[in-house]
Amino acid sequence: MKAAAFAYARATSVMNALELLAAHGDRAKVLSGGQSLMPAMNLRLLSPDILVDVGGLAELRGIAVRGNLLVVGALTRHVDLLRSPEVALHASLLRDAVAHVAHPAIRNRGTIGGSLAHADPASELPACVVALGATIVVRGPAGERRIAATEFFKGIYETALSPDELLVAVEVPVAGRGATFFFQEYARRHGDYAVVGLAASAVVAAGRFSDLRLGFFAVGDRPLLAAAAGKLINASVTSALLAEAATALADELDPQEDQQASPAMRRHLATVLLRRCVAALLARSELEAGVTR
Amino acid sequence: MTVTRAPAETLSVLDRPNSYIGKTVPRPNLDRLLQGRGQYVSDLELPRMAHVVFLRSPYAHARIVAIDADAARRMSGVIAVVTGRELEAVITPWVGVLSHLKGLKSAPQHAIAVDRACWQGEAVAAIVATSRAAAEDAMEHVVVDYEELAAVTDMRTALDPATPVIHASLGDNLAFERTLDAGDVDQALSDSEVVEAEFVFGRHTGVTLEPRAVVADWNAAEARLTIYQGTQAPHMVQNIAALHLRLKEAQVRVVCKDVGGSFGIKVHIYADEMATYALSKLLRRPIKFVADRVESFNTDIHARDHRCRGRIGVRSDGTITAFEIDDLTGIGPYSMYPRTSAIEANQVVNLVGGPYVTANYRARARVVFQNKNVMCQYRAVGHPIACSITEGLVDLAASKIGMDPVEIRRRNLISDDAYPCASPSGMKFEQLSHHASLAKLLQMMDYGALRAEQAALRTRNIHRGIGFASFIEVTNPSATFYGVGGAKISSQDGVAVRLDAQGSVICQTSITEQGQGSESLTAQIVGSVLGVSMERVRVILGDTDNTPYGGGTWASRGAGIGGEAALQAAKALRQNILDVAAAILQSRPAGLDIVNNRIVNADDGAPRIELNELARIVYFRPDTLPPGIQPELMATRHFVPRQYPFAFTNGVQASWLEVDTETGFVTLLKHWVVEDCGTIINPQLVDEQIRGGVVQGLGAALFEKCIYDERGQLTNANMADYLVPMSGEMPDIEIGHVVSPTQETELGAKGAGEAGTAGAAAAVANAVNDALRPFGATITEIPLTPQVILTALGRI
Amino acid sequence: MSVPVPVSLLVNGERIDAFVLPRLNLADFLRENLKLTGTHVGCEHGVCGACTVRVDGEIVRSCLMLAVQAEGASVETVEGLSDSGEIADLQAAFRERNALQCGYCTPGMLMTAQDLLKHLPAPDRQAIREHLSGNYCRCTGYQAIVDAVEATARMRAERRA
Repeated sequence: MKAAAFAYARATSVMNALELLAAHGDRAKVLSGGQSLMPAMNLRLLSPDILVDVGGLAELRGIAVRGNLLVVGALTRHVDLLRSPEVALHASLLRDAVAHVAHPAIRNRGTIGGSLAHADPASELPACVVALGATIVVRGPAGERRIAATEFFKGIYETALSPDELLVAVEVPVAGRGATFFFQEYARRHGDYAVVGLAASAVVAAGRFSDLRLGFFAVGDRPLLAAAAGKLINASVTSALLAEAATALADELDPQEDQQASPAMRRHLATVLLRRCVAALLARSELEAGVTR
Repeated sequence: MTVTRAPAETLSVLDRPNSYIGKTVPRPNLDRLLQGRGQYVSDLELPRMAHVVFLRSPYAHARIVAIDADAARRMSGVIAVVTGRELEAVITPWVGVLSHLKGLKSAPQHAIAVDRACWQGEAVAAIVATSRAAAEDAMEHVVVDYEELAAVTDMRTALDPATPVIHASLGDNLAFERTLDAGDVDQALSDSEVVEAEFVFGRHTGVTLEPRAVVADWNAAEARLTIYQGTQAPHMVQNIAALHLRLKEAQVRVVCKDVGGSFGIKVHIYADEMATYALSKLLRRPIKFVADRVESFNTDIHARDHRCRGRIGVRSDGTITAFEIDDLTGIGPYSMYPRTSAIEANQVVNLVGGPYVTANYRARARVVFQNKNVMCQYRAVGHPIACSITEGLVDLAASKIGMDPVEIRRRNLISDDAYPCASPSGMKFEQLSHHASLAKLLQMMDYGALRAEQAALRTRNIHRGIGFASFIEVTNPSATFYGVGGAKISSQDGVAVRLDAQGSVICQTSITEQGQGSESLTAQIVGSVLGVSMERVRVILGDTDNTPYGGGTWASRGAGIGGEAALQAAKALRQNILDVAAAILQSRPAGLDIVNNRIVNADDGAPRIELNELARIVYFRPDTLPPGIQPELMATRHFVPRQYPFAFTNGVQASWLEVDTETGFVTLLKHWVVEDCGTIINPQLVDEQIRGGVVQGLGAALFEKCIYDERGQLTNANMADYLVPMSGEMPDIEIGHVVSPTQETELGAKGAGEAGTAGAAAAVANAVNDALRPFGATITEIPLTPQVILTALGRI
Repeated sequence: MSVPVPVSLLVNGERIDAFVLPRLNLADFLRENLKLTGTHVGCEHGVCGACTVRVDGEIVRSCLMLAVQAEGASVETVEGLSDSGEIADLQAAFRERNALQCGYCTPGMLMTAQDLLKHLPAPDRQAIREHLSGNYCRCTGYQAIVDAVEATARMRAERRA
């Protein structure tokens, strides 16, 4: 199990990386942390002609607060998100999620940019940026463009990035007053890809949601911002209302079948997560009790 | 660990002062492994060594119309591309049958497929190059023209007249069938409550962390083949390689240093390994084959793919009146060589109902061919299946009559004073301890308190379960296992012990080490018997040129058989040493002893002469010895069990777990095992064998399954999709022992390597069903995935 | 199109200058070029943890990193950690507890366990199990490894006290 031969170019700047991508088009792959790319190459599922290694571009690594935005460089590693005080303060959802991403040795190399650009529908960070209402910053030959996270993911391993563009940063609105988060996923083993997961961002005031963004993952070909959340916003949440939202959620999901779960199981688990999430965010454990029985 | 030991009636050679027997001492070979200085076959490089990769059939069943390797042969680094037809000139095909498994049939299998590939993963061509990467590059340029054939994939329809026959010469797809009818099952069931269930077992595999690896080095000038291989049975490899390469055994040396896990995966000889030996002979240079992980999933033997209907009869007083099973298993297109693929089903028939007194037992087992990877013996062969069926049925029976699962076992387990006795299937039991083991287990787990906790939690909608599994385990197999069927697999082992010129001991044994502690237990026994400290004992194993002839390490036989040979060899050497010492000291041998590396007086322990001084005299100044004395400071002994075909062990396991009934996820909380392997040489090593074995069983219970599609494609042949047990989900495992030594040997040790795996899945399945009892759901299928559990609960 | 690329790095403190094909991963570079065979290869797709090494002080899967990506880095393997004595106590605890059988996972386990103890000096059993959850061991059932790591943490705490 050895990767097929390829050429290697170590980018010296973002500009240089873009030039390399422009020159090689879709025969090139961007190498950042490599934690998804390398397994695929070792298995010869992918054999790009050239790898453009952006790993040395220090300008793309780091976490900073600018105004009311938390700006996370694309090369920021999972471990950085886990340890960052800024992330803990302003977007703790990312920290909570990263604890579920694979294992320490993977988190030391894997990057947020790599994870988002890879767009595995079962991975955590895409759902988080959707739930957080983040913006993806990409740079290409024509300059920089900003893409809403909800518009970024287009399908399994498909994004709005074109082959000559580089994902450079993620901008996350800093958490405001009353902001609260919930992250949970059901995975067969520690660090496995989720069977179903939920990254949620909410604003709770006086026992009600004034905002609720539910980012489900592993329930379709991309992270899903559940419309069913709308039923719970600015409403008095009762078991009946929650059951209604769960039904709406099950209807809007179109989950895939795989070796871990049937579509019916994914719908079911998503509704369990919805109940557990709402119960946790509103601190009302009675809402957790089954509506599915 | 806690031990209940019957009082020893007499002091044996093992109860000497400073004995290492029964003591936890660190294994002598660990530092090498801890510092990254192990010598695994994967690490080995030889001058002129080339690497082979195998182009493998992408189809489950296909005719090979043509192979075009011209482009590949011209590529950089490529040494040769060899087809099955070309390799036939060097190596003969084989048929994996044993005569004592009556009716077992199989077809000739080639090292590389000739004309037809019979499973996805069967080697179709070998590409030899200067590096693995170069060989893989060239492999992409070998063009094979296949004609896809209908694949037989579902064992349930493999025998239907409409299903194609995989090997026309065999007439049908039935490899083996065994039936058994003991007592009067119909009568027994007619006046009992009868409970019936179908038990389904996922196909799984061993996933040794170091894949199979071999370096074959044909030295044409010496006409000798050296095989470096991670194998459990070097002499078996020697015999088979010689046979099919048309060599004498003396022309084949098998060397086996460190092995990265075996578990039965590495006790077989695989076609690609045979091909590697042959390629070395053909190309006259060392050839290295290391399976990559995908190849491992596609070609390492699979196991356990069984479907079994089981019935149990029970009376209202809890008496179990009969067991009946109808077992079906699909083994792939060939019976594996040389141990065959009928053993697992045969063991299921042998073992069902084994712990219980019931005399009425009827069984049928059918083994069918199919176009999937081959199945064969993997750790605890047949045991987890037999145990899951038996213990699942016992729990179903208890539930039917409203009896506690412990109580029904108490009423039916063979009494501890009933031995020797035999099972309805004819298995002879020398001495087992089911009741003592169960009593000890209940005490360790505090059963009453656990039941109370379970009840309290249920009121809070938390669903925990307790599951039990009593089991028996086949260990120390005699020639009954393979030899009588014609396989050249030795059931005896040999140990040679010698004193070196400085009073240290060199010990050569035919058992092998893959981490179980063979080296340690040999040194412990030899050191104890000789009166020599362990650090002075060096153990050599894994080299057919440098060890006595023997079976190796498999079927829980290393300690019981190899250990006894070590004991007897050490006793003989001890006597030889004392004879010489008596001559030197002008004393009587009986008046002397060896303690702490010196000869002492047997009565008062007074030191007489150091062993190194004795050795100096023997080796360098024999002229000073009395006339007529010829010292023999080397002794060799062999041992094989004769009285009992197998030394059965027994034990019982319990699982405590929680089921999230909303999600179907199971959390393992705790696991207990009490087992009886007779004399315990090193308590820590025994416990760790059991723990490791339990976790393999837990993997089977919850996670592991080779998933094939209807066309015979293995769809999860990687470690991301085939789920092995990892540390995050595994529980702590508490272990206790009851000790009933076998009287067949002086050592008294029985095997312990497979006890954990035998009962773990059964205990978990029973615990899950116990947790689900309020929901009226019963599951008799493993792995117990969330999908399976949610389905049983009617949630989806 | 694929030509050897120069790479300079420190391996166990020793300066290494080499030309490597871009496709050579760090695990194979260590094992085949430098003959540091203590780093094992179990799956080559980042799941089993056998190839875990330290790069610039942090553990990584060496099968998921190209040798060329280690340009300018400091790589440490089990041989280096053994020779420096850094993990002598952890190794002793593994030996005492028989926390290895075949030994093939052991270098990766030691790397990962040492990483945990560096970041979290007093982990509970669950934290140990979680940190090791990406390192596959087929032999031990993990409990002995957890015990050995726990014992090492305790001994180090006593030494600090």
